[in-house]
Amino acid sequence: MTAWIKSLYIGLILLLLVAPIVVVAGVSLNEAQSLRFPPQDLSLRWYGALFREPDWLVPLRNSLVIAATSSLLAVLVALPLALHVWSRRGWLSRGLYTLGVAPFMLPPVISALGFLVFWVSLGMYGQMAATIVSHGVFLVTLPVVTISLGLNAIDPALIEAARTMGAARGQVLRTVILPLIVPYILSGYAFAFVLSLNEYIIAYMVAGFTVETLPIKIFNSLRYGYTPIMGVVSVLFILLAVAVFGMIGRFGNLPRLMGSERVRDQ
Amino acid sequence: MSAPQKATPGWLAAIPALALGIFFIVPFAIMLSVSVAHRVPGGFFEPGFELASYIRFLSAFFGSILVTSITISAAAAAICVTLAFPFTVFLAGMGRRAQTWILVILLSVLSLSEVIIGFSLSTLLSKTAGVGNLLAWLGILETSRAFTPSLFALLTGMCYLGFPYAVLVLYPPVSRLDPELGEAARTMGASPLRTFFGVTLPLLRAPVLGALVLVFVFTLGVYLLPQVLGRPQHWTLSVHITDQAIFQSNLPFAAAMAVLLLVVTLMLVGLTLLLGRDAGARQ
Amino acid sequence: MTELSLHGLTKRFGGFTAVDDVTLDIPDGDFVCLLGPSGCGKTTLLRLIAGLETPSAGRIVLAGQDQSDVPTHKRGFGMVFQSLALFPHLSVIDNVAYPLALRGHDRADRHARAQELLDLVQLGGMGARRIHQLSGGQRQRVAIARGLAIDPAVFLLDEPLSALDANLREHMQVELRQLQQRLGVTTVVVTHDQKEALTMADTVIVMDGGRVQQMGAPMEVYRDPANAFVASFIGNSNLLPCTLTRDRTLEMSGVRMALSDADRVKCEPGPAMLSVRPEDVRITDAKGLPATVAFIRDLGESVQYVLDHQGTELTALFAPRDRPSAGLGDAVTLDFETGRRVVLAR
Repeated sequence: MTAWIKSLYIGLILLLLVAPIVVVAGVSLNEAQSLRFPPQDLSLRWYGALFREPDWLVPLRNSLVIAATSSLLAVLVALPLALHVWSRRGWLSRGLYTLGVAPFMLPPVISALGFLVFWVSLGMYGQMAATIVSHGVFLVTLPVVTISLGLNAIDPALIEAARTMGAARGQVLRTVILPLIVPYILSGYAFAFVLSLNEYIIAYMVAGFTVETLPIKIFNSLRYGYTPIMGVVSVLFILLAVAVFGMIGRFGNLPRLMGSERVRDQ
Repeated sequence: MSAPQKATPGWLAAIPALALGIFFIVPFAIMLSVSVAHRVPGGFFEPGFELASYIRFLSAFFGSILVTSITISAAAAAICVTLAFPFTVFLAGMGRRAQTWILVILLSVLSLSEVIIGFSLSTLLSKTAGVGNLLAWLGILETSRAFTPSLFALLTGMCYLGFPYAVLVLYPPVSRLDPELGEAARTMGASPLRTFFGVTLPLLRAPVLGALVLVFVFTLGVYLLPQVLGRPQHWTLSVHITDQAIFQSNLPFAAAMAVLLLVVTLMLVGLTLLLGRDAGARQ
Repeated sequence: MTELSLHGLTKRFGGFTAVDDVTLDIPDGDFVCLLGPSGCGKTTLLRLIAGLETPSAGRIVLAGQDQSDVPTHKRGFGMVFQSLALFPHLSVIDNVAYPLALRGHDRADRHARAQELLDLVQLGGMGARRIHQLSGGQRQRVAIARGLAIDPAVFLLDEPLSALDANLREHMQVELRQLQQRLGVTTVVVTHDQKEALTMADTVIVMDGGRVQQMGAPMEVYRDPANAFVASFIGNSNLLPCTLTRDRTLEMSGVRMALSDADRVKCEPGPAMLSVRPEDVRITDAKGLPATVAFIRDLGESVQYVLDHQGTELTALFAPRDRPSAGLGDAVTLDFETGRRVVLAR
């Protein structure tokens, strides 16, 4: 039957998507410092090594700090942007929205080079702050999109109701709009966090030689000496992504967040 | 009813306008000015206006790189969307729970670093771990062999990278498509295959085009995969941009290439928007 | 004493005039229903009063003070929205306490007041619940309690009961009316349901095309419609083209009918329209309007006759014990209850 073929097709593609991950997970379990699959002499020693070897601990810390702060930055820029675009029309709104969506839509190498020359001009090339701000701008698109979805899902009558009950503009914002979009702000932050952790080219161009992140470290290891720790990091990143998106799927409406229902009339 | 007018104070716009103006527009402006600046060998560059970097790009060597980049990306985009379109249609027809879980997998794959994807695939396609071993064990190959580096490995990587994006671009319009349209065609005697090509696909012409362009643009910017999975002749424009910027210290030339890549990208996006509007107007 | 007055209130959206030069006075403590078909401007008029729309012309005056330039949040009105607009992120009691929180009441104070209001709408034990845990009727009551929380000068309701099923709606109409009488708050309700308006209102305002067609007590509007639109919109009405002579006599298709002093004449002699309610149509043996019985509908509590008078359809309503003997297809003559005839401009 056709339903059977559909499931088979979906299953096959998912299998292809998961296969490399399974192999990497298997590699990470090797006892010896080799990339064998199926792994030989199962061991978790490389998982411990990630948190003991300074070689890997520093990039791990860098990556986490950059992801946490740059996502916060992205949300801080995206929130007023989405609010403005939602509540007002006109060229400024359209321009801001384009500007908010553009960074993630362009080939990242272009933005990366733009950031490189910018930080070189400012004399901040190679500093972690440069990576953080660059990631913040690059990832601003994600919270812009999720927060805009949240705002467009608000029943306008809620805001009018608050106004008739005596809420001035600022109070409406604080007591109605913000509480209602908190889930969307959080999922925007989570999206940006996960993607910042995984981002390579911008981090590399802006401060690749001084501020090593995990993706940079993995790439360097790919060239200068394989170790199962690469597999360990990959597995941890995948688990983190599954946990974050799984949480969003569990407590939010993921199909809707991905645009399944008509939430915005165009 | 539309969103309430002026629910937010006007000065709120200043925050994103300033942030993105300084940290997004200005970098592009600087990049533009660097692309016409004069290169100082050994140092960075000095301000000026010359088209030397652009002219250099027109040489046969870099021209062929552009053609290679575009060909590889176009092939990846075509394969990706061909696989993603039926996937999305089937996905949208599933229950909410199943959809949620498949979306979680897709988002997780989407968020994966190019480095990790390159590493995973190079492991999967390597001699010691993965497909080679499996095929040898099954007796299809006499002895295990590596499938990387090769054009095949590079295209696989690009499709792996682009696939979740293609699905997520197609997902909203596909899931909003009235399932009754297809059912109506079915009751009138159209076979599932004819329904698919006669009703579903034409209705989604604009989103399919959009997905093609997005994956194309996205893979055009791929930097690591060509180095990990491909041979030097498969190096794309992105690899050369980074190479010029970081290792050859030729920022003006790197900037000129980036500007050209930007122009190509914007032209394609504009073209898609135009075609999409056409398709929309006809419906 | 006049509490709320509208003076020449007008609202235009582009080229469309939604509310057209509305002038009226609503007495203090009155229960007013704005009634009309969809698109007649009743909701826009309510939103103008609330300050959610800015008038294109005219003034809104409350107790002698011009409200036209007062922003919504400073008017101190209570409002219930069609969608109810309850806050999903707040509990029931916090929804009701919301306007009090905005006014800086401390937590204990506002919860005490909110509890009073919840008791008033018989939801005393529901304060801690979330909105999505309530039934439609309970949500309705929360919205009403919230609208009343600040002792509003004017209580505005936009189709508040439209989402409820028929039984619950009738129950809530009575409840809302009793609540309003107890509190004595000036109340304006928008509705398209004329039965709802007749059940609840002290005053009915019938609107069409952005204009007020008639304003008056429910029975007054019912018995004495100002024009053909009101006659047909409020209850069922038979409208018969006729000619009014100078000596208060009607002529229709050759039949003459003398009017009594109690019948209402609202137009000049000449071509006119006779409006008669179905319950005021009689089947007689005396001379009158010839008609044939086209259909008989037994409604249990009453019997409805559909009658054909030279191509014009009339309905007549009888109590079961007054059921005429005429059957389907019989030729009959019709007469109309003296004093219940209304002659309107054609």
